[in-house]
Amino acid sequence: MKILVMVKQVPDTATRIRVAEGNASIVTDGIKWVINPYDEFAIEEALRIKERLGGEVVVVSAGPQRVEEAIRQTLAMGADRGVHIKTDEALDSHVVAQALAAVARAENFDLILTGKQAVDDDAAQVGPLVAVFLDVPQVTVVLKLEVDAEHQRLVAERELEGSIEVVELPYPAVITAQRGLNEPRYPTLPNIMKAKKKEVRVESLQALGIVPNVKVRTVSLSEPPERPAAKILTGDPVAAAHQLVELLHAEAKVI
Amino acid sequence: MKELLEDLRQGVRDLCATFPATYWRTLDHERQYPAAFVQAMTRAGYLAALIPEEYGGSGLGITEASVILEEVNRAGGNAAACHAQMYTMGTVLRHGSAQQKQWLLPAVAQGELRLQAFGVTEPGAGSDTTHLETTARRKDDGYLIRGQKIFISRVQHSDYLLLLARTTPIAEVTRRSQGLSVFLVNLHEAIGHGLTVAPIDTMMNHETNALFFDDVWVPEQNLIGQEGEGFRYILDGMNAERILIAGECIGDGEFFIEKATRYAKDRVVFDRPIGQNQGVQFPIARAYAQIRAADLMRFESAHRFDQGQSCGEEANLAKLLAADASWEAANVAIQVHGGYGFAADYDIERKFRETRLFQVAPISTNLILAYVAEHVLGLPRSY
Ligand SMILES: Cc1cc2nc3c(=O)[nH]c(=O)nc-3n(C[C@H](O)[C@H](O)[C@H](O)COP(=O)(O)OP(=O)(O)OC[C@H]3O[C@@H](n4cnc5c(N)ncnc54)[C@H](O)[C@@H]3O)c2cc1C
Repeated sequence: MKILVMVKQVPDTATRIRVAEGNASIVTDGIKWVINPYDEFAIEEALRIKERLGGEVVVVSAGPQRVEEAIRQTLAMGADRGVHIKTDEALDSHVVAQALAAVARAENFDLILTGKQAVDDDAAQVGPLVAVFLDVPQVTVVLKLEVDAEHQRLVAERELEGSIEVVELPYPAVITAQRGLNEPRYPTLPNIMKAKKKEVRVESLQALGIVPNVKVRTVSLSEPPERPAAKILTGDPVAAAHQLVELLHAEAKVI
Repeated sequence: MKELLEDLRQGVRDLCATFPATYWRTLDHERQYPAAFVQAMTRAGYLAALIPEEYGGSGLGITEASVILEEVNRAGGNAAACHAQMYTMGTVLRHGSAQQKQWLLPAVAQGELRLQAFGVTEPGAGSDTTHLETTARRKDDGYLIRGQKIFISRVQHSDYLLLLARTTPIAEVTRRSQGLSVFLVNLHEAIGHGLTVAPIDTMMNHETNALFFDDVWVPEQNLIGQEGEGFRYILDGMNAERILIAGECIGDGEFFIEKATRYAKDRVVFDRPIGQNQGVQFPIARAYAQIRAADLMRFESAHRFDQGQSCGEEANLAKLLAADASWEAANVAIQVHGGYGFAADYDIERKFRETRLFQVAPISTNLILAYVAEHVLGLPRSY
């Protein structure tokens, strides 16, 4: 199996995000960048498939210089090589998906994996768009994946509200990973050492033939309103219960 | 080089993140050995960092190894549970026969063989190592070991013990450091056949024991190097150990400073964060400065070690400065946390107990000072 995993580097979810001056972007100073957690499930799944069936795992990521670090981390987990689409431009899901699809098209991959969404903008667009651009089937929010190499088919279980949908499809295909698909591994020391010697090819949008016609523009960003301090009711339980009902009715307007 | 260290740090952090504070807290409470953590460190190859590639390790230097242990302690764990698996093999690597290296090193690298017990200290010979009284005398193509050891750690989680014993009586040697030999003792064979292990309850979660050798037979091929040269072989590994321990101390210091700083920002007393008071922030800043300074000495000593230069002075200074700095940081952290510093759920008191050990073991602060006074400053020997 030749597998492509598409990863995005995002701010660590523990980071406190602040809006930068001009209200169009966030302050990136001091942010700790990590691999999008859903993409980690995709990498892990790719590595497991490779361990079972053999083949190659290639990781692609688009973004500025710092993104190389995310690619290196996946190489330390065991991916074979990386492609870095290097760009400092602020892109939307559409352009990113075009660029990723161009990389995918250049080599024939059996399977394309990514996370169900990136935890920074939560757009959940890139996986499905790449499938459309490549004209291959897709299954999103996948919890379980089986590969039948003999018949070139996949069985994917995807999460629906309150139930599981089982989809059977041929590959090449795009699969997007949901939490629960697997438990991602951490890198081992020998793999960290080997990662140094693995190839990370640098690509540019231009070389891939992509004109960044951005369709989505960020008009403005704002921080969520600060939550007022909690009200704590003390004293006699019966009186407090009455007071609570009154507040829920008059102030919170929920009953 | 810098980049590799960063990757190593990240890798160890990722591994440690799967063993949260609650894991260590529970083990501490139950005085249990962190078996799952040690297994994960072994599987991920970190404990084979120092073993040459030809034997299945990663062939890295003391610099990298000390950073690995630093990150374990920085993450709130305790590297003492597994550090010896990293370096005890060094004695075999440097002084063992080709045959000994061939069977032992690949197995240690794979984690199939645990060589992480090291028996030197005796009730009558602590700081005064050459005074040890455990004897090994020749018998049937081997040696019979007789005597007592104390504070021998990880024995119940090790397959072999590296043992220092006297093969020539003190009366027959010109210097006390002569006539000592190093043996590999197969613990599975020895326990119940002359070797008794008695666990010692200590202030922190540290698996350590008193050992009683009542004519334990060890085959000749388990003697490392030449008979009578053992003390030199053990000394050889001391600098490496000092530098690795310095790394652990620095990790502890970073843990305390990170915890203290966060708490000082969050804890509001008299309507303002306590960290706004100079009386609270200055001690943290000072502890930070001391950790940074010790860190420089750690890297200096590790660099010299890895370049094959003499580093006795630097390794001892690194251990001294780092242990002092981590203890200072521990004290600051517990003070900044007020009463909560004493509550187990804050992890400060546990790490406080753990980092205190470095003032005494594997070598006490006074003995380092005595070394520096004698060997660096040329003052009369005091011990
Ligand atoms: C938890 C734990 C784990 C250990 N694990 C191991 C292990 O795995 N293997 C092993 O072999 N040992 C181990 N040890 C033993 C450790 O190395 C010794 O405790 C240490 O070397 C000190 O020896 P001692 O306890 O006999 O102290 P002593 O030598 O009795 O010293 C007592 C005190 O007197 C001071 N002192 C002694 N002589 C002088 C002097 N001339 N000048 C100034 N001060 C002096 C010392 O600094 C010390 O503070 C462990 C100890 C502990 C507590």
